[in-house]
Amino acid sequence: MDLSLIAEILSSTIRLSVPLVLACLAGLWSEKSGIVDIGLEGKMLAAAFAAAASASYYQSAWMGLLLAILVSIAFALVHGYAAINQRGNQVVSGVAINMLAAGLAVVLGNTWFKEGGRTPALPETARFMPIELPGIATLLQVPVIGPLAKIVSGHSIITYAAFLFVPLTAWALAKTRFGLRLRAVGENPHAVDSAGISVAKLRYKAVIIAGILCGIAGAFLSTSLSASFVRDMTAGRGFMALAALIFANWRAWPALYACLLFGFLQASGNYLQGAHVGGFEIPVQFVNMAPYLMTVILLAGFIGKSVPPRASGIPYTKDR
Amino acid sequence: MGNTRGELPTWVDVGLIPLLNLTVALLVAGLVVLIIGESPLEALWIMLKGAVGSLKGWGYLLYYATNFVFTGLAVAIAFHAGLFNIGGEGQAYFAGLGAATVGLGLQFLPWPIVIPLAILASMAFGAFWAWIPGMLQAKRGSHIVITTIMFNFIAASTMVYLINNWFRPTGKMAVESREITGAYILSFREIARDYFGMRLPSTPLNLTVFLAIIAAFAVWYLLWRTKLGYEIRAVGANSEAAIYAGIKPERIIMITMTISGALAGLMAVNEVLGVQHRLLLEYVGGAGFVGIAVALMGRSHPIGIVLAAMLFGLLYQGGAELSFAKPLISRDMIVVIQGLVILFMGALEYAFRPALAALFLTAED
Repeated sequence: MDLSLIAEILSSTIRLSVPLVLACLAGLWSEKSGIVDIGLEGKMLAAAFAAAASASYYQSAWMGLLLAILVSIAFALVHGYAAINQRGNQVVSGVAINMLAAGLAVVLGNTWFKEGGRTPALPETARFMPIELPGIATLLQVPVIGPLAKIVSGHSIITYAAFLFVPLTAWALAKTRFGLRLRAVGENPHAVDSAGISVAKLRYKAVIIAGILCGIAGAFLSTSLSASFVRDMTAGRGFMALAALIFANWRAWPALYACLLFGFLQASGNYLQGAHVGGFEIPVQFVNMAPYLMTVILLAGFIGKSVPPRASGIPYTKDR
Repeated sequence: MGNTRGELPTWVDVGLIPLLNLTVALLVAGLVVLIIGESPLEALWIMLKGAVGSLKGWGYLLYYATNFVFTGLAVAIAFHAGLFNIGGEGQAYFAGLGAATVGLGLQFLPWPIVIPLAILASMAFGAFWAWIPGMLQAKRGSHIVITTIMFNFIAASTMVYLINNWFRPTGKMAVESREITGAYILSFREIARDYFGMRLPSTPLNLTVFLAIIAAFAVWYLLWRTKLGYEIRAVGANSEAAIYAGIKPERIIMITMTISGALAGLMAVNEVLGVQHRLLLEYVGGAGFVGIAVALMGRSHPIGIVLAAMLFGLLYQGGAELSFAKPLISRDMIVVIQGLVILFMGALEYAFRPALAALFLTAED
């Protein structure tokens, strides 16, 4: 393997990690507040459709992003209403969100664009295109550093934003009053309630933040990574993000590493197709299932321990 | 906040509220049809006519319902033990491996031997795929919702690999197994033609439908007429209290998941042995997830599940006819309805209960 191929795989790793990082942070915010969110997949998918549809209608990637976020928040609020006000089963609600999104995106897409659920291909002007970092042109001339510089340059603005959200989330959860309260509500909502802070309000805020992040992730998929929406284009990324969250033991920085690892597996799976190592053909399916398998092994307690927030998934009922 | 549970008569809780929730789910679905620019009433009429207006429609309805009874029972029995098995999809998929392995490998045996063996293999493979998450939950505390989701993906990748590399005959382009001729479950059409000289419309409905009825009865008997069933329900109701009754929740969790997986695995009998007669890629096609909607709608009771499975059979068959008659309404409308049913009958189960309770309270005064 030569350096440029490695650089290519790593660059692809970064791109493929973006939706995972965003969705994983979304899950982190939600679950830190005590709301289990297996609807990441659905919110991302709905957002991907909204982004592609409105970017195509308005011929603007930013309008796509805006609508994606709004649609994703709408789905998040449905989940929030079921989980917070109705104290419904959060897993059931998440399953419903995933199905609603998968169905609605194709049904509406089919009606509006008549391409079997696809949206029209977006021109480059209506997409988030790669940005060349300043000064990169000269760096590219340098041997060895050149190909490596290509890894960090040439990504879309969403990519850079996504990686910026990691320290932002880590800081907000660890250092701000809002973050501390949010974590408290996920561990011991009764204590937060008795301090006179609204459990419901805090959880709604968390659910909305999750909606925003899933919205950005969806917009990335359909307006940056590709140029249109196609059915089921999230392809299990929401669940992979959930796996990464467990892997990261519900912490922001480790979440980034887990997503990069899973992104790397995805990227190398694409490049390894049909590759031989030591006379053996590596089945690409084994690379594909690795993140899920690793998560199961982790959950079984064979590599460290993963502990979710104590109150996550449990509807809050005021004691009388 | 008063006691919101137990203030209403039983018929409201098991009859009126589910019916109300279902109605709201269907009304919202109708709204989506309206947004698309079609008439919901006309759509409903086309669906009903397509599903129950002809023998062919009924054949398809019951064929779909057969799958959904299996996956619905699988979800329901896990619910009774307080477990959420989202892995029906993967368990049914993996069960196809059992059906195809026995069906192809023991082809030389006479059918009265190979068919029961293939059915048992389907159940065993499905059971195995659910037993692992069950065991991990019981012994290591791994959350079953997450592990069963992960196992769906692991099954999907494993099956692509196995069908492509082990089952696909060399030189064949289509990624599918050879035809399974030994463990061939006859369709109603074939029986009518070969044994009675009658002509029936061509539908996938086959003898497995009787297996679905037997499975529903068996689950009812197990849950409400046996000691094990009592223990399953006790663990689901309160696993702490169950311990004081001498029940070992770990054991019950593993047994329940094994049964749950075996039930999901029966879907392979209908699809692989009864309809396709070969192992196809992604042959489950979402039926595992329909099982969640069916179990919620059927209130986890076998009778409710059979009825809910038939309703979803109607939606699937009617939806196919609908998308044929109205190309604007794609078949994915069924997925929307599924999502709405799960939302309103599952997550928002008690949304209308306080209002109804208030209504009944004023009526009493």
